[in-house]
Amino acid sequence: MGKLFAVVVTIITLVSTAIFASHIWWLPVDISAHGHAIDRQLTETMVTSGVLFVLSQLALAVFAWRYGDRRDGRAVKTFPGGAAPMVVFATLLVGAEILALTFVGSKVWAGIYQSPAGPNALEIDVQAEQFAFYFRYAGADGRFGAVHPERIDEASGNFLGLDPANDTTARDDIVVPTLAVPVNRPILLTMRAKDVNHAFYVPELRIQQDVVPGLVIPLHFTATDTGKHEIVCTQLCGLGHYNMRAYIEVMSQAQFDQWLKERAAEQ
Amino acid sequence: MVPPAAPPPTAAPRTASEPSPLEAAQTGVWLAIGTICMSFAALTSAMVVRQGAAPDWRHFQLPHILYANTLVLLTSSGTLEWSRRRIAAVPVGTASLVPGLEGLSGVYLTLALGLLFVTGQVIAWRQLAAQGLFLATAPSSAFFYVFTALHGLHVVGGLAALLYVLRRLRRMAGPVPRVALRAAALYWHFMGALWLYLLVILATRV
Amino acid sequence: MTQTTAHHHAPPRGFLRTHVFSLDHKVIGKQYLDLALVAVCTGMALSWLMRLHLAWPETPIPGLGKLAPTGAAGGVITPEYYLQLMTMHGTIMVFFVLTTAPFAGFGNYFLPIQVGAEDMAFPRINMMSFWVTLVAFLVLIASFFVGDGPALSGWTAYAPLSAVGKDAGPGQGVGQTLWAVSITLFCVAQLLGSLNFITTTLDLRTKGMSLARMPFSTWAWFITSVIGLIAFAVLMPACILLILDRVAGTSFFIPAGLVISDRLQPHAGGSPLLWQHLFWFFGHPEVYIAILPGFGIVSHILPVFARKPLLGPRVMIGCLIAIAFLSYTVWGHHMFLSGMNPFSATLFSVPTLVITIPATIVTLLWIGTIYGAKLRFTTPALFCLGFVSVFVSGGISGFFLAQPSIDTYLHGTYFVVGHFHFVMGVAAMFGIFAATYFWAPKMFGRMMSETLGKWHFWLTFIGVYCVFMPMHYLGLAGNVRRYSAFTDDYLKPMIPLHQFITIAALFTGAAQLIFLFNLVRTRLRGPKAPSNPWEATTLEWSTTSPPPFDNFGGRPPVVHHGPNEYGATGAGGDYVMQASLPSAGPA
Repeated sequence: MGKLFAVVVTIITLVSTAIFASHIWWLPVDISAHGHAIDRQLTETMVTSGVLFVLSQLALAVFAWRYGDRRDGRAVKTFPGGAAPMVVFATLLVGAEILALTFVGSKVWAGIYQSPAGPNALEIDVQAEQFAFYFRYAGADGRFGAVHPERIDEASGNFLGLDPANDTTARDDIVVPTLAVPVNRPILLTMRAKDVNHAFYVPELRIQQDVVPGLVIPLHFTATDTGKHEIVCTQLCGLGHYNMRAYIEVMSQAQFDQWLKERAAEQ
Repeated sequence: MVPPAAPPPTAAPRTASEPSPLEAAQTGVWLAIGTICMSFAALTSAMVVRQGAAPDWRHFQLPHILYANTLVLLTSSGTLEWSRRRIAAVPVGTASLVPGLEGLSGVYLTLALGLLFVTGQVIAWRQLAAQGLFLATAPSSAFFYVFTALHGLHVVGGLAALLYVLRRLRRMAGPVPRVALRAAALYWHFMGALWLYLLVILATRV
Repeated sequence: MTQTTAHHHAPPRGFLRTHVFSLDHKVIGKQYLDLALVAVCTGMALSWLMRLHLAWPETPIPGLGKLAPTGAAGGVITPEYYLQLMTMHGTIMVFFVLTTAPFAGFGNYFLPIQVGAEDMAFPRINMMSFWVTLVAFLVLIASFFVGDGPALSGWTAYAPLSAVGKDAGPGQGVGQTLWAVSITLFCVAQLLGSLNFITTTLDLRTKGMSLARMPFSTWAWFITSVIGLIAFAVLMPACILLILDRVAGTSFFIPAGLVISDRLQPHAGGSPLLWQHLFWFFGHPEVYIAILPGFGIVSHILPVFARKPLLGPRVMIGCLIAIAFLSYTVWGHHMFLSGMNPFSATLFSVPTLVITIPATIVTLLWIGTIYGAKLRFTTPALFCLGFVSVFVSGGISGFFLAQPSIDTYLHGTYFVVGHFHFVMGVAAMFGIFAATYFWAPKMFGRMMSETLGKWHFWLTFIGVYCVFMPMHYLGLAGNVRRYSAFTDDYLKPMIPLHQFITIAALFTGAAQLIFLFNLVRTRLRGPKAPSNPWEATTLEWSTTSPPPFDNFGGRPPVVHHGPNEYGATGAGGDYVMQASLPSAGPA
């Protein structure tokens, strides 16, 4: 029975590790400026924990194989050094690994969430709601109009509750369901929720942020490659949560200017 | 590797223990005090966060009867402590206590004062309601009602415990009911201390 | 025993007093275990429905249309019904299985016996705790039968979705309120239970049972109760505030200007993040409440079948205490991306990573205990070894999530689902299985079938890896969780892997029937068990199987030895029981 346990654990360990290592299911291509740091941190963690995983499972397997009771009257043996090697290993090696990861990781994190957007950032206002995302560009005046929840009217397409009649800054705002951004340019999203918690997640951009009612949350990134990717909601927001998505289209600055002009005309 | 021999017979170690079942009631009440403190601590931080989250706090004056209620509650702690010591002084094995002479009257008085306190709290609520301050009126009034209601519920629980202890004391003043009285008294004093704390945070924030 | 024992009570008379409204901690413990059994069957059935829907969303599930005409008309689960099933699955499993069985169930039965007491310190409060828990369960289940069904906001019930009331959609009317009432009641029951456990451990230990001589399982229950005393004390007021937001018009958690179902909500000024802080301040210690008894149980059982002492007994206890303490400092790691100050994320990630150290130590102590052992591969032993394997798997995925920069990508994905199912749904469950097989002879006076037990173990062990390891792959590919269907372009290629998981889940679920059959058959007709079938040292094995009404037949044991005295050499055997005479060699 001990030998069977050892074999099963070994097979499970090797198969699951192989699948991790083979990247059959893996992160999509990274198209963000900050993403490589996250990917590197992930890979390092995967290697260290992979080693720990394999070693501990194999130790379990080997001991289960070897130390069955063979009814031969032999005495039991204490692990050499007793508990001390365990304490030392865990504290020193795991401790060192933790320190290293925290030191590096906190810098990566701060670079995304605790720093201002780059210079010349394009500011885009985001409203998350049950069950859609809307994106607002400031228009020619470069300023966003105020939003008034009581003025929201889905039927007439006033998703944000703007008041263009009385608010000049709102008149040229461009509200669309697609997030178009120019490539290689810092983007600053300011995110609001209309009703309940939502979240903004683009795996390829290595970026995620909850959108909380009552708060305005900034999020910045720079996309480094053109293409179209899905934006999905990751915070349970109701029955349409699974279907709440938008698209981000990264295009050249020239294409973006053209796109914006067309959208402005449609408003 | 030398196989381990039979473990040497252990002499009574320094931390050898005896069961102390009479301590149980007291331990239980201390634990209850700890957990109740934790609940009110959570509510306190909820209040602090809520006050800072929006400019709609709306300060108001605490009804003055609250201060009278405070005196009533603190006095009831005094009467209970007095009767506890009187009863503790009666030799164990006395068949029964003569009501009024050995401190039982103090327990009755405590019960009455406790009821008076709860009544006074209800009056405070009615006074606030008369000013138009209800549970949902403002976050300040909401926390006021929540704090005083939860404290009041725990006080009512304490009154029930005192009634229970009283019944047992009247039948037989042995060690067990005395232990129960000591535990109930500890709980009751805590109700007073908790109320003082609540009074301070309500008076300073509401 | 003189009348000075505060807890002494006479033997019960009559069927109701003996088997239903019993003050006996052993009966109450079994009642908790039976409740957990009903709960786990319910929770598992819900998971089958969820997995079937995820794998084959359009295929009608036979019979479901009749049971749930609104939620699954024609047998096809609607998106809202999926979320309702998911909410109930999580709530039932976390509260009524993982907090109830290893802690309230086995703890109630065995803690008094293991410390040599006749019963818990407060038997009437103990009985009340069980009945309040049962009422809490019934209130929760009632939400299936009201209005538009149970809550759908997850077991985490984030505000404002959970707080605004029926405007938020199906299940968010009465169903959510019943959820909050149920959990409030559960908190009360747990707090009373913790009071009992701690007082019994501190005040009712028999002569010679110093704290240092307590079994590891007792230590684990004791530490778990302390965690619970603080954690449930925070969840209860949080649920009360949630109920008030829902029914009394307050705005603790609901900010101004929300437009839900085209209606401007009348609330203003509240903070959704406040709910999250309060909930997770409870929620993280809660998962340690779920696993710590398992640590104690494995540490208790493994030496019995290794025939040698647990390696590093004092280090083990120290680690349990360290983990309990640290568990209060990490709650923000559930909220890295929540909108709280991002600097807090770094602050919270430090203790989260530091917990890895005592967790690694305890794992190495178990593995080190097996080194040089003389292992007897009984079913409880297999589940202990399996526990170590699955705890390693689950713990390691936690290491990723503890780092905010990595959590940026993995938060809200199936990587998280795989992680918590490994540590809670599998490891904690393995602890429960090990405890059941180990203590069944003592509780029921009958031996469980080893053949059936081994089949149960192998099918389950392989099955759970097939169910939950692939979830990590899905997470790495960015597969979002809590989705009722996979309609996104990038998710459609994952569906075959989901189908594999579903098949594995159904198969593993079916394997549990072996356990159920074994359990029922044992209680009815199993072979009689001796007092100490496993040759173990602790006090529960010094009394009959099952123990008499007052545990030790009116003769409380006197303890002269610790719980860890295995591996001795001698003519009679290789272990010394705790209640043996001081000069006794091996039993």
